[in-house]
Amino acid sequence: MNAVLLASDLPYWLQSIFRVVGGLVAVLLPAGTVVYLFLFKMLSFMQSRLGPMEAGPYGSFQLFAEVGKWLQKEDIVPANAQPEARIFKMAPLIVLASTFLLVVVVPFGPDALFTDFETGIFYALAVSSISVLGILIAGWASANKYSLLGGLRAAGQLVAYELPMVLAVVGVVIQAGTMNLQQIVVAQNTGSMFGWDGIGNPYVLTQFVAFIIFMISVQAELSQTPFDMPIAESELVSGYMTEYSGFRFLIFFIGEFATAGVFAMIASILFLGGWGVPFAWFGWTTIDSVDNWMNFAGPLILFAKMMALVFFIMWIRFSSPRLREDQLQRFAWKVLIPISLVNIMLTAVLKVAF
Amino acid sequence: MLASDVLVAQNVGFAIIAAIMVIGALRVVTTKNVVHAALWLVVVLAGAAAQYILLAAEFLAVTQVMVYIGAVMVLFLFGTMLTRAQIGAEKDLNNKNAIIGLPIAVLLLATMLIALNDGFKAEKLPADSPLVTTQQVSDQIFGIYLLPFWALSFVLLAAAIGAIVLARRD
Repeated sequence: MNAVLLASDLPYWLQSIFRVVGGLVAVLLPAGTVVYLFLFKMLSFMQSRLGPMEAGPYGSFQLFAEVGKWLQKEDIVPANAQPEARIFKMAPLIVLASTFLLVVVVPFGPDALFTDFETGIFYALAVSSISVLGILIAGWASANKYSLLGGLRAAGQLVAYELPMVLAVVGVVIQAGTMNLQQIVVAQNTGSMFGWDGIGNPYVLTQFVAFIIFMISVQAELSQTPFDMPIAESELVSGYMTEYSGFRFLIFFIGEFATAGVFAMIASILFLGGWGVPFAWFGWTTIDSVDNWMNFAGPLILFAKMMALVFFIMWIRFSSPRLREDQLQRFAWKVLIPISLVNIMLTAVLKVAF
Repeated sequence: MLASDVLVAQNVGFAIIAAIMVIGALRVVTTKNVVHAALWLVVVLAGAAAQYILLAAEFLAVTQVMVYIGAVMVLFLFGTMLTRAQIGAEKDLNNKNAIIGLPIAVLLLATMLIALNDGFKAEKLPADSPLVTTQQVSDQIFGIYLLPFWALSFVLLAAAIGAIVLARRD
């Protein structure tokens, strides 16, 4: 940790450039990988076809071709939406901005982080709810009944599933004793189970119920099947996205998969130990004694864990039917929230007892 | 007071955010569309969160974003869009009661100014105000302010149950 060039040694403007570039990479790289590996390839293999094969080796440049296509398209505002053209154009940007705000608190290594926010996870949950605003006004400004219905459905769903998500996180926060994501990572990797520190103490074991609830809520927050009521193509065309084309559609598209990536990162930080490996493996005791190479290995470890979680999200997305609107709401309010409240109570009792 | 004691960057930041908030607040009441008014209100509330960040009150700022932007404003927009939210300018958004509202607003502002002036007089914040951590906030809430906190929780619970009772048909 001594001969490291710390970001705080650099001048402010250079730091800022690094942060912006780092943020872009942290948002776009997972999104691109997820789209290519899961949406293009895994979905194709599950349907016994090859998927894109022409652009680049195994079609790996397909995404660039798609982006190029979208960027060339005309930026259309529907005639009825003309009075609200400004808001219509703004809406996708709000959705994407929420993703970028989200990635700010994700720690990638002992020193590889954008900011060491004390209220880390609370902040993440707060800014993730900003995207609802974008979706609502996208649905409204499209001046289209289907879009408006899609926007309203999305808002109702996102508000309903934010609650179990917050409540599931509370269990982890109680166990770790902190809301700082970096310290949650450290707490898991320095922990031990009954005196055995071979794999640290990943909270997926002790907070398994919270993990399941969190992942279900993520699925719903991203409106992936079985929770894709807002964009149900058989009834709402494409929900709030119906009227969007060209690069504004691209922004929605990137936002969806980038948010999937960032939420999976946050889930792996909360439950799978984040960027860390159990510190006992290398004889580290605290965060300060972690070797410098973890700043390079850490992001890769986090990325691997993220891909594993996104794999499950996509697997469920590709293989399950859609819930009905009332089933979806009932599931959140009558099943997930009571279970997560019981989980909080049990965690608090056990925390005090041990 | 030394020149180095003045936090220039912070003051400039405060001025910019405050100006944005004032413009936003004016647009909330002058705009011709309900949804636009709600969106300008988002700007004002986000400005308040930014001011909290400027004061190093992290927890408060995040709570502001979570509660007001993430929940209250979404409910506002949800409600207006379910009932009436037409595209483009709308007529008769103002009613005659606006004239009564003006003196009441002035009265409220005067009360607040007098209360603040009376309570703090020449007292000043220390230049290096201590950082309030989330732990300190929670120690306060669940320590000396436990009873008010409980009372507030019961009021909210009663309101939630009341809303359910009113909304149910059977």
